[in-house]
Amino acid sequence: MGATSRSARWPRHVRARPLALLVWVAAAFASAPAAAYTVYVSNEKDNTISVIDGESLEVIDTIEVGERPRGIVLDGQTLYICTSDDDHIEVLDLSSGRVTHTLPSGPDPELMALGPDGRHLYIANEDDNMVTVVDVEERRKVVEIPVGIEPEGIGVSPGGEWLVNTSETTNMAHFIDTESLEIEANVLVDTRPRVAQFTPEGDEVWVSSEIGGTVSVIDVESKTIKHKIGFEVAGLRPESIQPVGVAIADDDSGKVYIALGPSARVARVDRESYEVEEYYLVGPRVWNLTFSPDRKRLFTTNGVSGDVSVIELESGRVVKSVKVGRFPWGVVVGDG
Amino acid sequence: MSSSRFAEPGTVRRVGWRARGHRRFGHTRAAPRGRRADGPHRLGHGSGLGGREGVERGAGAAFSCSGGALFSALALLLVTSVTGGGALAADPLEIDIVRLTRDIEPLEPLSLLDEAIEDEGLAGAELGLQDNATTGGFLGHEYRLENVRLGEDESLEERVRSLAAEGRSLFLLDLEAEDVVRAAEAAPEALMLNVRARDDALRNESCRANVLHVTPSRAMLADALAQYLLWKRWGRVVIVTGRHPEDAAYAAALERAAERYQLDVVDRRDWSSVPGARRTDSGHHSAQQEIPAFARFDEHDLVLVADERDEFGEYFPYRTERARPVAGTQGLVPTAWHRAHEQWGGTQIQRRFEALAGRDMTPRDYAHWTAMRALGEAVTQTSSNEAGALREFLLSERLTLAAFKGVPLSFRTWNGQLRQPVLLAGPRMLVSVSPQDGFLHERTELDTLGYDEPESGCERFR
Repeated sequence: MGATSRSARWPRHVRARPLALLVWVAAAFASAPAAAYTVYVSNEKDNTISVIDGESLEVIDTIEVGERPRGIVLDGQTLYICTSDDDHIEVLDLSSGRVTHTLPSGPDPELMALGPDGRHLYIANEDDNMVTVVDVEERRKVVEIPVGIEPEGIGVSPGGEWLVNTSETTNMAHFIDTESLEIEANVLVDTRPRVAQFTPEGDEVWVSSEIGGTVSVIDVESKTIKHKIGFEVAGLRPESIQPVGVAIADDDSGKVYIALGPSARVARVDRESYEVEEYYLVGPRVWNLTFSPDRKRLFTTNGVSGDVSVIELESGRVVKSVKVGRFPWGVVVGDG
Repeated sequence: MSSSRFAEPGTVRRVGWRARGHRRFGHTRAAPRGRRADGPHRLGHGSGLGGREGVERGAGAAFSCSGGALFSALALLLVTSVTGGGALAADPLEIDIVRLTRDIEPLEPLSLLDEAIEDEGLAGAELGLQDNATTGGFLGHEYRLENVRLGEDESLEERVRSLAAEGRSLFLLDLEAEDVVRAAEAAPEALMLNVRARDDALRNESCRANVLHVTPSRAMLADALAQYLLWKRWGRVVIVTGRHPEDAAYAAALERAAERYQLDVVDRRDWSSVPGARRTDSGHHSAQQEIPAFARFDEHDLVLVADERDEFGEYFPYRTERARPVAGTQGLVPTAWHRAHEQWGGTQIQRRFEALAGRDMTPRDYAHWTAMRALGEAVTQTSSNEAGALREFLLSERLTLAAFKGVPLSFRTWNGQLRQPVLLAGPRMLVSVSPQDGFLHERTELDTLGYDEPESGCERFR
């Protein structure tokens, strides 16, 4: 996922929310804490979105949405939610806290990504082996692309040329040309691939394999695996280490963070050496993760413990667990 | 489900998906498809992959009816280039898998809620075939499944030998234990996956080097249940055993588990009544009288029933003299699969199976699906269709089979048993999954279920 708001759009917020302007101005002048931000978490079992204030790290709102919310994507003040068991995408207007409309998605939408044009939403339909492309402005399906069995992860290249979809039972990453909407290459990865995440430069896609226990780094140019990363934590059964969420830093730190599911660990991997440098202890069934806008913190959703862990990246400490709803799944961060 | 879809005993029914060539399709922008109504796609006959009708009419050669053709077309749409696994070979790799089965009378369940199933197992294999065909479509691997149903008096050995002579070397054995051994000996070079027999002897003294066991053994099921009982501190149990040899085998597995996990078997009884008609106008009266009279046991926490043919176990819940839960073959059941299981992506396979078969997936269907997927994984990873190469891969650490159990599955190198978590389910809900937390093992906690390496009596794997 790793999806933060896709571009810095604070002026729009500022127009919409005078209070945010005050906060922003105060923050800018005080130069102490970073600009205010908000964390949004989908709770799979509770059918809610938890809203966490980035400064106080308190839950400030809980919004009811449709059945089984999982993948979420933020675009300014619009939160797109895969409400999997309702078989559609809900569009939540964050300024009013209301679901304004739904988008067609095909059955059982699980993960999705918004193209850089802010208009095309690419959705994995876990139940019918399709990737659905939806035009969010016209609110209609543009096309359905047949892929492997149980499509799961969706990643869009920074320039928007490539769409990468993983299929869990076919064990492949499918490279789809977003212009022709054809599959151009299929890369065999380890068992049960989940998340596909492009690097900010767009030269690599990192694909996590939950049951295989590895992350494959795929070279976008040649569409081949250039490196495979394994994990090992002393005292833990290897089968409990199940890579799922991938967050790639877009600052100069050169680090990638990988959520390792039932092992309750997040791994830090160096992008140059592909070495695993550190394991952070968070909550069990850690599924997805994302950075704060200033890239100083990492937020993780811990499904079994029902909370969000906050990792301070500089000190490497888990500073807080924020109790949210039952089975938190997706997490995104927005400015303001 | 009509029974017409079965070939006559002794004949061969072949279904398969062929990726015809590997040309690339001009475009994939085929948004509205015939089968797809707008809005949520719902499960039903003939929808989804391939479609049941397609399979039924596909008797004969690789079928080419609408459902199958659609599936092939979908697979073809995806056939472009594969990187990472090498480019597509000019000639596709053909993988022929034979399912060998012998008629058993379909069990008539005691509960009126359950229907007798006629295509049990085969439907799971067909779903596995479809799943393999999708991956195979990308890689130039063509999978085919032959369903060979032996006639009542037909010689198993002769049939296996003639299939082997025709070049068949990959088998799913949907057979009883004695037949498994005979099939294995008739074609020792072939790789065979046992998808039905639960006998512990097959994993020990009667094991054969060319047979892997996908179905969990009775010992694994009993251990899974015993771990949960220990966790619940329900330490005093009664075992009620039915009149059939398999009931005695199940009871023996319960006894072994009780000893391993220090459960106290306070009483043992045999249930010898022959079941009568399933439907009688006032049938509950006799059960209400009969069970409490029978079920007067010493102080106990739980009643374990060993009734594999579903003849009497269902009568026990709510009817025992004391208010005690029932487990074993009825009540709380240790099982490889259950419809109420939807964790770890299980929802997807449950729905795909229902779309294909029009009914719930059973443990026997699940074993067939898992066996097909294990073979598919081995072919994908080795690019081989040779029994020896596939066996070597399946028994190696490279196999991390995903089968909706939350952990990678693999085969035990000392007896060829697939290690797997075991579900504990009530009639309508999943209760737990074993191994339970806290039962530790130096290799993997999955090896706390069933015969571990030091206690294995299987010599042919050494």
